[in-house]
Amino acid sequence: MLELLKQPWPWYISGPIIGISIPLLLIFGNKILGISSSFRHTCAAVAPFNIQFLKYNWKSEIWNMFFVLGIFIGGFVGGVLLNNGEAVKISEATISDIKSLGINSFDGLIPSDVFNWNTLLSVKGVFIMVFGGIMIGFGSRYAGGCTSGHAIMGISNLQWPSLIAVIFFFIGGLLMTHFIAPFIYQL
Amino acid sequence: MKNIRFLLIGILFGTVLTKSEAVSWFRIQEMFRFQSFHMYGIIGSAIAVGMLSIWLIKKFKIKAVNGEEIKIADKEFNKGQIIGGTIFGMGWALSGACPGPLYSLVGSGYYLIFVVIISAIFGTWLYSYFKPKLPH
Repeated sequence: MLELLKQPWPWYISGPIIGISIPLLLIFGNKILGISSSFRHTCAAVAPFNIQFLKYNWKSEIWNMFFVLGIFIGGFVGGVLLNNGEAVKISEATISDIKSLGINSFDGLIPSDVFNWNTLLSVKGVFIMVFGGIMIGFGSRYAGGCTSGHAIMGISNLQWPSLIAVIFFFIGGLLMTHFIAPFIYQL
Repeated sequence: MKNIRFLLIGILFGTVLTKSEAVSWFRIQEMFRFQSFHMYGIIGSAIAVGMLSIWLIKKFKIKAVNGEEIKIADKEFNKGQIIGGTIFGMGWALSGACPGPLYSLVGSGYYLIFVVIISAIFGTWLYSYFKPKLPH
C-alpha cells in the first residue's frame, strides 16, 4: 500500500480528490476554496499601512491560514514522506523543449539548475523567482482569485467571470511560455 | 480547536497537489506547451467533482455541520479578470507554480520557493496600494 502511495498519483485519482476539497470546506466550515487570499491576509496582518483594501478584520479569515499551513504540511507528506525519488515523467517533447532553454537537471519537482541560491542572485533568477512571484501575487488579487478560487471553485459554481479569468490565465501563460520566457532563460 | 479541520483539509489538498505532480515546474511547462493531458485531466476532473458536489449541495439544501445554510457568493466581473488574469498567468508560467503549489513545494523541502511566496505577498501588497488607480 505504501509503495502504491509513493507512486505518482494519476490525474483521475488526484483531480477528483482536489475537487472533493470543495464540499469538504463547504460542509465542514461553510468556507469557499481559495489560496491566494492568504497573501492578502498576510499583508493585512503585517503591513496594512492605512491601505483601504487591507483594512478588514483579517483575524476572521484565520481559517484560510490554517488551510495553507495544511497545504505546506501536505507538501512534506507528499514530497518527503511519500517521495519515490524518481524524476517527473514528462513527455519527450517537453524534455527537449526544456533542454533548449539551457536546463539539464530533470531530478526532483523543479529544476535545480534554475532554482538555486546562485541563480537567485542573477538577473535571470530575479526574473523567475522575484518578478514571477510578484506577478502571481499582483495578478491573482487583481483577478480576484487564482487557480483554486477561479479555475476550480469558480467554474464549479458556474461563475462566468471565473471562466473569463481562467481563459486569461492561459493567455498570459502561453504568452510567457512561448514568447517571453525564452528570452529570460538566455539572460 | 475549530480551525484544525481546515488544517486537515489543507494537508489532504497539499498531499494530492504534490503526489499528482501539479506542483512540478516541469508539469507546468508541459501544460503550457499542450504536450500532455495530465494537468488538463487534473483540473478538469477536479472541476467535474466540484460542480457535481455544489449541484448536490444546492439541490438537497445540504447544511454545513454547524447548521448554517451554505451560501456561495457570486464572482463579479470586472476588468481585473482580464488584466490581472493575464499577469497572473505570466507569473504562473514563469515561476512554474500557482499559489497552492508554492506552499507545498516549500513543505517538500524546496526552501528557495519561499522567495517566490514573499514576492507574491509583496505583489499582493502592490496591488492593494495601487488598486484605486487601476482600471476595474
